[in-house]
Amino acid sequence: MMPTSDYDPACLPDLLPLYYRRLFPFSQYYRWLSYGGVSKNYFQNREFSFTLKDDIYVRYQSFTTQNELEKEMQKMVPYKIDIGAVYSHRPSQHNAVKSGTFQALEKELVFDIDMTDYDDVRRCCSAADICSKCWTLMTIAIRILDRALREDFGFHHLLWVYSGRRGVHCWVCDDAARKLSVAARSAVAEYLSLIKGGEETVRKVVLSDPIHPFINHSLSVVERYFCQYAIVEQDILGSKESVDKVLALLPEDILSFPVVLSQYHIKKGGQYFDKEIMLQYCYPRLDVNVSKGVNHLLKSPFSIHPKTGRISVPIDLKELNTFDPFEVPTISLICEELERPRADEAEDDDVKDKENEQEAGERHYKRTSLAKYVKVFDRFLEAMARSRKGEMLQKSDLQKDF
Amino acid sequence: MQFPGRRKKLIGSSQNDLYDHCLQFYGQPPLENISLTEFETFAVERLKLLKTVENLGVSCVKNSEQYTKKLDAEISSLNFPQKAELSEQKVQGGISEYEKRRKDHISHFILRLAYCQTEDLRRWFIQQEMDLFRYRFNDLHSKHKTDFLHKNNLKYETVSAEEKKSLQDKLIASSYGLSGTKVEEHDVYKVPFQDALDLVRTRKVYLLAGNAYIPHHEIVTIVLNDFRTRLSKALAMTARSLPAVQSDERLQPLLSHLSHAYVGQDYSIQKNIGKISLEQIDALSGKSFPLCMRHLHKALRENHHLRHGGRMQYGLFLKGIGLSLEQALQFWRSEFVKGKVDADKFDKAYAYSVRHMFGKEGKRTDYTPYSCMKVILSNPPSQGDYHGCPFRHSDPELLKQKLQNYKVSPSGTNQILELVKGMHYQLACQKYFELTHNVEDAGFSLNHPNQYFTESQKLLSGGRDIKKEVDMSQRSQENPASVTRPSQANSKQAHEEMGDLDSFFQDE
Repeated sequence: MMPTSDYDPACLPDLLPLYYRRLFPFSQYYRWLSYGGVSKNYFQNREFSFTLKDDIYVRYQSFTTQNELEKEMQKMVPYKIDIGAVYSHRPSQHNAVKSGTFQALEKELVFDIDMTDYDDVRRCCSAADICSKCWTLMTIAIRILDRALREDFGFHHLLWVYSGRRGVHCWVCDDAARKLSVAARSAVAEYLSLIKGGEETVRKVVLSDPIHPFINHSLSVVERYFCQYAIVEQDILGSKESVDKVLALLPEDILSFPVVLSQYHIKKGGQYFDKEIMLQYCYPRLDVNVSKGVNHLLKSPFSIHPKTGRISVPIDLKELNTFDPFEVPTISLICEELERPRADEAEDDDVKDKENEQEAGERHYKRTSLAKYVKVFDRFLEAMARSRKGEMLQKSDLQKDF
Repeated sequence: MQFPGRRKKLIGSSQNDLYDHCLQFYGQPPLENISLTEFETFAVERLKLLKTVENLGVSCVKNSEQYTKKLDAEISSLNFPQKAELSEQKVQGGISEYEKRRKDHISHFILRLAYCQTEDLRRWFIQQEMDLFRYRFNDLHSKHKTDFLHKNNLKYETVSAEEKKSLQDKLIASSYGLSGTKVEEHDVYKVPFQDALDLVRTRKVYLLAGNAYIPHHEIVTIVLNDFRTRLSKALAMTARSLPAVQSDERLQPLLSHLSHAYVGQDYSIQKNIGKISLEQIDALSGKSFPLCMRHLHKALRENHHLRHGGRMQYGLFLKGIGLSLEQALQFWRSEFVKGKVDADKFDKAYAYSVRHMFGKEGKRTDYTPYSCMKVILSNPPSQGDYHGCPFRHSDPELLKQKLQNYKVSPSGTNQILELVKGMHYQLACQKYFELTHNVEDAGFSLNHPNQYFTESQKLLSGGRDIKKEVDMSQRSQENPASVTRPSQANSKQAHEEMGDLDSFFQDE
């Protein structure tokens, strides 16, 4: 009987080397960050940062080829990997460059949704904890933002990734997105922000006429989930304390009437308090600072989360409703799966195959639970490749290049 | 640009290409040779136009009928291009459309040289050029607007009628001030969202597939932002090349005068000499002096001294209100003597400069009292100075206190502070006039401290009936604050004019 693969951080020093040697999908990773080789030195000028054992942090890592990337990662065995911007020069040589000329040029537009930012409106967990009841918030966030980034802003290539513990990241990889200025990134983030105010603010959402179509779209997503999420799962009317919290958001003169929230649709003097309450409880909370900076470093897809052992896997939006963060494979699980012989294998015949597989290092993940997530990533890369091809055809048509 | 003495003509065939639209972004500097005379004339006339733009912006609501009529008249009389039909090249009564556009182009670039040097000058220049541009852009026919945008590589397409209809509700829900009829009647522009960040950031625009759908009245804002950014960058670059230009002796005096020029009544000719007695000054300072002079007077009385900047600004003002040389000498001496200066020292050191102010010493130029522009833009006060414009140079908190001390109501003070925040210093002073004289409308457009004094005296002596508003609006139409001189095709006259300007502001 195989032992269950419970994750223990103490095992990382043993598991990580195995992960980087036989499981990390280097070929797809390199393909992603090269973006079809359209821009020269795009991969070579990309910054990576590693957090090594004992919390040693190194920035301005850069690599010239996929092979070098593999070798270095296998050698340094980073506990955490972050991806930064594409610079004007190779980041590893930034000290040799005349001061002022080394600049961040491009980077994906990114968003980071962190569950701790919702602590004031979730009752089931707080801080770094998550559970199936509050995970719905992430589902809502992804639906709202994905729609807006595609339909309003016209972006096509979005990679949603589970962060490994308590949130999700979005990488917008379109050409246009990578070229956005700081001002543009901040404008996009602010357009997408509805929750304003910190500790001191009770009423964090204020709506007034006319209601922008974006808000209406977002509301329809929230409304779909609200009853199940807030009333049932979060049980916001289930205790005096939480009812009081809700009531604190109501305009004062309503309190004298007995009120059932979902039935009170009258807009009073321009106040859409029912919509505001739903948004305050459910609407995505973004950290604008993460999205603003062109040189901001964000956790890499397929890196490990040292505290949970979970892999930062891409999320398939077609299966979003059934996505369960607790089903995401841990590094211990997949390392263990690697060693396990497959159920349908006859031990002798496939020894040769196994040996072949071991030589072609990158195919080992296919034997593990990681496989399906790499497939999601593959589809994402395919879509980008098709889109690039389409653009090149368009361009060559225009130039009458046959 | 080269400036030889003679004039060269541009080759005819490229005329049409160069100025194919009556409006331009001033992206490319002119590449021809022109005479010094034309250089001067163009510059002075554009400056007059910009001054008019400034004054009208202050005295009328922008884009009101009054504003449009007056600005139209000024543009026409100064021979700048208007919304003429683009194909019109006929010479009507002297100046062709081509000539007007050429003048527009060249004069803009000359003024860049004069107005690039300091932050204040740049700001003023950009503000007036933007207002002028906004006016001229709004004045264009819709088709010409789109033409202009395309010619300047601004990828702003107009949305088709069908698309507008299908998106109508969404457009109305996203944009401020949009109604069903407006959507139908006016153009809506499709612009990449990256070009409309301010609207995106505040979610004040409809976005679809990466494009912002901008209603007609907002496209001007986008274009203006573009205009401002370009002009701002260009001025910074111009400032860097300025030393080379200034070393050309023919240009240096002209450029320097342009940036200080005040085209209007200058109070250089003294009227009412001797009508004011020295005993009246204290009372007058409270009643009829603008805040800057009241401030200077108070400082003089309290400290028995003023530094050079203050003496010049206040001394010339006093000359302007009618103090004679003898009176002035007496006034300054009596005050200074109360302080650390004894009579002898005064006669030796300070009397000379008072006489200088009256043109009785040295170059014997009769100095002219400072206009508001000059006070606001030049020689900012430092520690120990009391000159300058309090609305521009005082800390808002101190200004607030001062106004309260002078018994201005809190609401009035707030109005003034709002104007100051918006950098409308002369408007703030005008408001001060209105509050201290208890009138709703000053009835004039403030440009000069002595004008403030004259108007105040007129009002207090009943020379104007406050209640007859009809009268007032008529008056302000007949006597616009900026004196519009008829256009001068005659270069000799222009040269004389420059000569006049020359003597206006010769600083020591």
